[in-house]
Amino acid sequence: MNDLTEERKPPVATTGILGWLRINLFSSWFNSLITLFVLYILIQFVPWILNWTIFAADFKYNFNGEEIINREMCSRVLDPETGGACWAIIYVRFYQFMYGFYPREEVWRVNLSYIMLAVAVVPLLFDKFPLRKHFLKFTYAFPIIAFFLLNGGLGLEPVSTNKWGGLLVTLVLGCTGIALAFPLGIILALGRRSNLPVISMMCTLFIEFIRGVPLITLLFFGMVMLPLFLPEGIDMDGLARVLVAVTLFQSAYMAEVIRGGLQAIPQGQYEAARSIGLSYWQMNMKVVLPQAIRISIPSIVNTSIGLFKDTTLVIIVGLLDLLGIGRGALADTTWLGLAYEVYFFVSLVFFIFTFAMSRYSLYLEKKLKTGINMGAD
Amino acid sequence: MSEDSIISLKNVNKWFGDFHVLKDVDLEVKKKERIVVCGPSGSGKSTMIRCINRLEEHQEGTIVVDGIELTGNLKNIDSVRKEVGMVFQQFNLFPHLSVKENITLAPIWVKKMPKAEAEELAMQQLEIVKIPEQADKYPGQLSGGQQQRVAIARSLAMKPNIMLFDEPTSALDPEMIKEVLDVMIDLAEGGMTMIVVTHEMGFAKTVADRMVFMDEGRIVEQAVPDKFFNNPESDRTKLFLSQILNH
Repeated sequence: MNDLTEERKPPVATTGILGWLRINLFSSWFNSLITLFVLYILIQFVPWILNWTIFAADFKYNFNGEEIINREMCSRVLDPETGGACWAIIYVRFYQFMYGFYPREEVWRVNLSYIMLAVAVVPLLFDKFPLRKHFLKFTYAFPIIAFFLLNGGLGLEPVSTNKWGGLLVTLVLGCTGIALAFPLGIILALGRRSNLPVISMMCTLFIEFIRGVPLITLLFFGMVMLPLFLPEGIDMDGLARVLVAVTLFQSAYMAEVIRGGLQAIPQGQYEAARSIGLSYWQMNMKVVLPQAIRISIPSIVNTSIGLFKDTTLVIIVGLLDLLGIGRGALADTTWLGLAYEVYFFVSLVFFIFTFAMSRYSLYLEKKLKTGINMGAD
Repeated sequence: MSEDSIISLKNVNKWFGDFHVLKDVDLEVKKKERIVVCGPSGSGKSTMIRCINRLEEHQEGTIVVDGIELTGNLKNIDSVRKEVGMVFQQFNLFPHLSVKENITLAPIWVKKMPKAEAEELAMQQLEIVKIPEQADKYPGQLSGGQQQRVAIARSLAMKPNIMLFDEPTSALDPEMIKEVLDVMIDLAEGGMTMIVVTHEMGFAKTVADRMVFMDEGRIVEQAVPDKFFNNPESDRTKLFLSQILNH
């Protein structure tokens, strides 16, 4: 081997912890200044936040060791100097936050649905999941099972949806909205690009109309006007009406996102698919959409996160989602003034779900970039 | 249309907007005949062969492929596409599918072939184009020449009677052109009916039964290669040949 090409170890200063610090945090005087500034902020606030939310906080008992049953017993009301957050309000209302006013003797049905939701979603998200094919059958059956489980019927005690609330309503709206809007959005996007002018015009009209109005308008529409369009004697459930509005809203956005992906597919892909004899639907399902959806993943997740948070707007039409239950708790005179705790908790729950979604999208992007395989079928 | 014609174009006219791309094009292709189409860019040669599998629609005249007339009838178009394979300048492989999946896609979905059988077929086609070892790679991992050979294998897997080649080597590096042309020569020797749009005159001399020269949307001259290259009739053909051969 030639001496000149002999491999050498990299200079010490560019590897290891010190090297990392130098490259990433202290590469220039400006970078160092920012690093020190951020460090100062972190030192100032992190201990304070940790102290307030955890170390000095009440969970069930106050600093006298008494069980907290109203705001006067909170440590931070008794002693504003030392007391931290009073999580007792969440503790006492936890049931409502999770289930709304679902009857306690039937709550196992909600819990079972939550567990089944996880079992249904995880194999859908990860293509390496063992026995995925069989689990996916369950995923497709899950909406029907969950419907009867939560709503009642088939021998189960019916539970009216006006007793549902909290996380239950948030998840039902978010999951159903996202799951239904995805296929609807694909159909609308394909329809808008269709060569048949009538179909294309109808889809464009629908998309532009729905996108042109605020979600709140659609919610009112669902609540007030939808019943007018239904045949007499058929009374649609309140939650279902909101679901229709949310799904239509989301599908219009999803359609535009997917249309963006479709536009990025070169004409040659269509021609190649056609030249080997694939039909319109085969071409779209096997060649065009898998590529278009892959391109659109960041935007699909983005609008899905948007919808998940927008479900809080249902408070306007009288449904009590997670935030609605929170506001109800704040209005309770026994717990008046504990807004920090309630909003913090509600934010945290939303953050857990949306953060998981955004992490999953990053994981997908990375996987599709390196592995190339779609994993969709 | 003569007895043994497999492709027949009569008085075909086509416009892109106001632009008249094909002007009264007449072309008869016999079974197992190898036609090479050449001409300057914009002369309508690609458009003509794209009309044969209806990637483009002609507005006047008739096109009959293997006894099926191309009209707006979707069923006819589908049956013609099953008869006719096409290879593109830009390969147009499906980047999200592996080489093997690219080839099995149409047999599985169009011909409803069982997966195992389709995969066996795919491997046979890859043997023909001499890259069986690339079966599990993705198009992005292959060289241009290899991608074009996969594209040929993908078309062959549908067992077409006719193969159309639209400038199959124009997007390739010089050293990859030969590997693609070799595959095409093998195909020609196997008796495939072929229409090839190309500027590879060496290939044309070896393989073509007939040369077709187009200019400004018209077929200017048709002749056997020997006559076409050594003793062309039209001045336009002479000029074209002097430009592409003398450099």
